[in-house]
Amino acid sequence: MGQAGQPNIIAMSGFIIFIILSLVITWFAARRTHNTKDFYAAGGSVTALQNGLALAGDYMSAASFLGIAGLVALSGFDGLIYSIGFLVGWPVVVCLIAEPLRNLGRYTFSDVVAFRLRQRPVRVASAAGSLAVIAFYLIAQMVGAGNLIRLLFGLDYEVAVAIVGVVMLAYVLFGGMIATTWVQIVKAVLLLSGATMLAVMVLAQFSFNPLALFAAAAEQYGPSVLAPGRLVSDPVDAISLGLALMFGTAGLPHILMRFYTVPDGRTARVSVAYATAIIGIFYLLTFVLGFGAMVLVGQTAIRGVDAGGNMAAPLLAEVVGGQAFLGFIAAVAFATILAVVAGLTLAGAAALSHDIYVNAFRHGHAPEKEQLLVARAATIVLALLSIGLGIAFKGQNVAYMVGLAFAIAASANFPALILSMFWKPFTTRGAQASILFGTVATLGLIWMSPAIQVDLLKHTTAYFPYRNPGLFTIPLSFIIGILVSWAAPEPSALAGFAKLEQQIHFGAADDAE
Amino acid sequence: MSDSASRLVTLSAARWRLSILLTAAMTLIYVGFILLVAFNKELLGTVLVPGLSVGILLGVLVIVAAWLLIMVYVRWTNANYDVAVAEIRRAHQEGR
Repeated sequence: MGQAGQPNIIAMSGFIIFIILSLVITWFAARRTHNTKDFYAAGGSVTALQNGLALAGDYMSAASFLGIAGLVALSGFDGLIYSIGFLVGWPVVVCLIAEPLRNLGRYTFSDVVAFRLRQRPVRVASAAGSLAVIAFYLIAQMVGAGNLIRLLFGLDYEVAVAIVGVVMLAYVLFGGMIATTWVQIVKAVLLLSGATMLAVMVLAQFSFNPLALFAAAAEQYGPSVLAPGRLVSDPVDAISLGLALMFGTAGLPHILMRFYTVPDGRTARVSVAYATAIIGIFYLLTFVLGFGAMVLVGQTAIRGVDAGGNMAAPLLAEVVGGQAFLGFIAAVAFATILAVVAGLTLAGAAALSHDIYVNAFRHGHAPEKEQLLVARAATIVLALLSIGLGIAFKGQNVAYMVGLAFAIAASANFPALILSMFWKPFTTRGAQASILFGTVATLGLIWMSPAIQVDLLKHTTAYFPYRNPGLFTIPLSFIIGILVSWAAPEPSALAGFAKLEQQIHFGAADDAE
Repeated sequence: MSDSASRLVTLSAARWRLSILLTAAMTLIYVGFILLVAFNKELLGTVLVPGLSVGILLGVLVIVAAWLLIMVYVRWTNANYDVAVAEIRRAHQEGR
């Protein structure tokens, strides 16, 4: 077994090949990025299958591959709750969000919330909500990447995080959305084929019968690994986490942004079907990878390398396929993180530049050149910020951090998005109140939760007993948005609803009427 | 014009109903699963055949249910909604 923290030549070459490959993609894409529509939305020319792969690429982050495999390997069935929770948000996305979003907006989901409301206050609020989500998501990816690089290449954690930041900066800065989309596609294909190869090699040892593998796990570690109870013990916590995972997907800015890269609502809808098929297959594979690592690597060995179990999948690759395969899987894992970080940074740059700078400060009138310049400056700021935060949050649990990002997305973005599209009396003040409450309340409850108060600050009790606040903040955000809207009706927002409904169905093409 | 407007209202309501129905179905299925995880651990731990517990079977079924719900939505909208929208748009443009 390879020693953690020792440089691994084969793993390193695989990693470097991917970096070079993706930089070549970026270079080609850079030659095609001429304006802001190219930079944020890849010119609106992405096909359904391409966008499906890119959505899957954006969605399957470090938490999905490294995190879930590790959770299943160490605690059995309860790890699968994350696999399932990460998938069930997609029907909500396709039924309620994808097409209206495509038909109403241009680059960010704030375009939709602000459609019939007053632009400036709504955009500033929703950009703040988006940035909070992106920050938590980014921290989780940076922490995951830092640990992976430290374990596989023997670099210092801080150096590893800085490398991820700089490489990601290069992608986004020069290639924009076209490069990021292609990096996501390459990464989704690599991740899916890598995970499939790994699963097939595991199943080969159990005469291609997953049940034989699960039975072996139950025999070795007791039947309780096939039953719930090890991770999620409190019912309220289980439901709260479940709701955050389900409705968070429909509020993730970097996922929502992908619907602007396709030409119409139908393509948006079909691309979600492709994405869900790919993501679902991947999560079914995590069942095999997790239990495979439990049986073939062993819980003691996995814990020995990383207490959080995050290295279960790479270790499994080494056991079934040797050093070369470990190198391949490590490169895939790193590519996964890099691609997600690039997508997040791009969404953050869009919020800062398109929503705050262009629409709030310049009242929507800034020359193309200036917009592109500000977007690129915003990207640099975000890259530096994420390097700093990644280093500051060293040692945090990756899957848990992503769960919190989902809780913020579900509380801050999801209610405002739904109300603005489907509830006629919604007002500017209502949107502001709902988004700001969702952001601040979720962050506040996270701060008061046992994770920060007990685990991090070492206090004996927490002010708020639950680890994920979704069960409380999501309904409250809806209620506050509705109450504030009722308190002070907004005639112009009411009047704009007919045009919004028209455009949800026909798209912006009929605008000129 | 008023005819195409009222047809749009009907069509919009039909899609909205389907969306709500499918979203509610997914929520019920998933929350039901989570409630079993929270309150009936024994049931989920019951082993059906060696290696297959009720929990793992239901977990796979939740994923399959998500696929099926999306398929229902995409099929209905591709076959009915898109066609109807195109018709209304054509009628609308001819009427001008």
